[in-house]
Amino acid sequence: MGWNSRLKMPNPGLDQRVLSHAQLEKLEVEEAGERPKWDNKAQYMLTCVGFCVGLGNVWRFPYLCQSHGGGAFMIPFLILLVLEGIPLLHLEFAIGQRLRRGSIGVWSSINPYMLGVGIASMCVSLLVSLYYNTIIAWVLWYFFNSFQEPLPWSQCPVNVNRTGLEWECESSSPVDYFWYRNTLNITSAIDEPGGLQWWMVLCLISAWAVLYVCCIRGIETTGKAVYVTSTLPYVVLTIFLIRGLTLKGSISGIKFLFTPDLDELSNPATWLDAGAQVFYSFSLAFGGLISFSSYNSVHNNCEQDAVIISIINAFTSIFAATVIYTIIGFRATQRYDDCLAGNILTLINMFDLPEKSIDDSNYASSLSHLNSTYPAIISNLQLKTCNLNTFLTEGVEGTGLAFIVFTEAITKMPLAPLWSVLFFIMLFCLGLSSMFGNIEGVLVPLQDLKVFPKSWSKEAISGVTCLVCCCIGLIFVQGSGNYWLALFDSFAGSIPLLITGFCEMVGVVYVYGIDRFNEDLKFMIGHKPNIFWQSTWRVISPLIMLVIFLFYFATTISKELFYISWDPESVTFPTLKQKPYPVWIYIIIFLLAGVPSLAVPGAALFRAIWKRYC
Amino acid sequence: HFCFILLWCYTLNVPGSKGSPLSVGAGPALLTCCNVTDGYKVRLSIKTALGDDAYEWSKSELFLFRAVLAFAVQRKTNNVNYDVSNILVCDETERVSFWFVVTTPDNTSELLPKLVVENAIRENRHRINSAFLLTDQTLDFVGINPTLAAPIEYDTPPWLIVFGVVMGVVCAGIVALLVSTFLQKKRAKKPSADPVDDEDGSGSIAGNGILCESIGDKDGTYNQGFTDDDRFTKL
Repeated sequence: MGWNSRLKMPNPGLDQRVLSHAQLEKLEVEEAGERPKWDNKAQYMLTCVGFCVGLGNVWRFPYLCQSHGGGAFMIPFLILLVLEGIPLLHLEFAIGQRLRRGSIGVWSSINPYMLGVGIASMCVSLLVSLYYNTIIAWVLWYFFNSFQEPLPWSQCPVNVNRTGLEWECESSSPVDYFWYRNTLNITSAIDEPGGLQWWMVLCLISAWAVLYVCCIRGIETTGKAVYVTSTLPYVVLTIFLIRGLTLKGSISGIKFLFTPDLDELSNPATWLDAGAQVFYSFSLAFGGLISFSSYNSVHNNCEQDAVIISIINAFTSIFAATVIYTIIGFRATQRYDDCLAGNILTLINMFDLPEKSIDDSNYASSLSHLNSTYPAIISNLQLKTCNLNTFLTEGVEGTGLAFIVFTEAITKMPLAPLWSVLFFIMLFCLGLSSMFGNIEGVLVPLQDLKVFPKSWSKEAISGVTCLVCCCIGLIFVQGSGNYWLALFDSFAGSIPLLITGFCEMVGVVYVYGIDRFNEDLKFMIGHKPNIFWQSTWRVISPLIMLVIFLFYFATTISKELFYISWDPESVTFPTLKQKPYPVWIYIIIFLLAGVPSLAVPGAALFRAIWKRYC
Repeated sequence: HFCFILLWCYTLNVPGSKGSPLSVGAGPALLTCCNVTDGYKVRLSIKTALGDDAYEWSKSELFLFRAVLAFAVQRKTNNVNYDVSNILVCDETERVSFWFVVTTPDNTSELLPKLVVENAIRENRHRINSAFLLTDQTLDFVGINPTLAAPIEYDTPPWLIVFGVVMGVVCAGIVALLVSTFLQKKRAKKPSADPVDDEDGSGSIAGNGILCESIGDKDGTYNQGFTDDDRFTKL
């Protein structure tokens, strides 16, 4: 497309900032470069897969799938995967491999005014690292508590006088109580800090310690760790699939998940959620992927890598969704059976009918017969309505899925501690492998910005970074920590990433120059990228990113912001209560979303001013 | 409340209810039947508890119940001699539920107070349950709630033990890696006086594709991943 080359922005001095093809070839042959290298291709692939496949595949995708028309959701998801995910992934791999720098180095090589994009990536990686490791700390807490029978979240504790069960637990459920009281010790509002919870501080320290030991020497150590952290989740998912399929009710769960509702395709929210899920699920715009691919050899086939990793990511999402829903189907069926058994018991007790005279099959007919004969008594009994679909749709997203719904399902399985240990090890590995990418996106820019003195070793730098992050992360282990985490998750990890992703595409295609980029790819992998890549890079993917960003921005600033809180004193307890954010939180929100986003134009502006007056 | 129950007992034709007073032994049986102020209702859910191994409720089972209850009351009242005939049962239903009252051994028209009966049952609940292979939920004395089991007390919470193990392993790992880095640096600092025999026997030490001689007297290898190349980062 010739007309597009003329759309390239003027970019003087580019040749001085990047290594030429000849220099790269020389570097490759002589191995004279001192940049760290992957021991083998498998390490690189496992690290990238581990970074992309994270907790979102397990607890966000299944929920989206089920709530947006089940099997029909695959259509927008796969379409947007191909049009948005794969091109962006290929772009990041290629630019990292070509320019052989971390995110800050890459963007300042392309154009010094684009340094802001690198800084935005670093800020987002930092903010996400802070709260993501807290989630891992929660997973560790549950893991530590899984080594006992019966599991602590399977029964309510007795209250102080030993006259009955703890009130808060009795009105909600043992799993809710264990999560909100024993784990988080949550306060009822975000402005009530509640103090540091010592057990969570210990878990946070252990999470950062494990991360430190894996990242202590950069990819030299993470490359070994990923052999376990990237493969173990698949093993555990398979075990759970086999176990799940043998449980009663699992098939109803899978049916519920995949039953297609094609009407959902006409709902724009479905496409938006699919696009956002693809984008976040690939961990794009964090800078970690650019960094990882910069350690590759120059002639590595990044095109093939991008396609393979995308396929693996999509497959993992669908596989994990299936596994999760077999277990959810089991839990829902258990709850339904318990509900029905409770009603049947009430009926046979009231009317002194023999046991087993009413069972699941004739419940409806018996109830209607009794209702017609003794309507007053039946209405006084206040029988609960048992609906399987209600149980299937309950709270199946995010931390609620992992720490409430799934843990409850596990308590109903035989050998519960074993399944609990396996599940939380899987979550831990998923989270940890994503953290490797996040930390890479923080450490390498910090080197490039020369924040640390040159004499400091790798170990010291990663140590100090982990320590500082651990200390800042203490916000999330106080009483109101969960509300802060939700805040960070909604605002730090959403809008800035979309902006950065869009700027990345525009930067490579129009500032670096698509023609130059095509030549680079020809040099690296041997052939020019075909029409699919050209069209997606130049037009389709940036357009999709822009649309998603505008929609997100519009919906965020137009509505009043709420958070849901666990308030034992509210009337609607145990349903979570919606509360508006206090005014000063809006400042924090602006800082979280605004600072990284504004770094993009801000750095350019700063450089322009500095150049003028220095 | 009392009147309603009485009415219920004698007039309501509920399906499955035998309604006939059953009492063995001397005394004004009809009068003591369904005298609910001092009596308790019992419900047994045998099929729920035992499934396929469930036994049929029969006269013998009822006899066992009365005997066990007599045992419980006798134990409670410090071995005053209670007999099976002191336990009066009535209003048996197909549900397997019935009312019972306990009469005093000396005077069969006098009933044991509710509280005494309740305490007797509470203290011997486990024995009563085991006699019928049932649990607190499936052998239901209406009005007597099961006492809650004492929570399991641990000296050290199990999670702390696992935490200790994990942290121990992690700290050992960190120390090992730091020590190995330190030793590597020391070895690299030493001038290549003796050609050391390593794996490839080439007589020179190579690490990560970089020959040690090329490093010379520099302080370890300089990793370009953490480069401070001024060309690229000067704003």
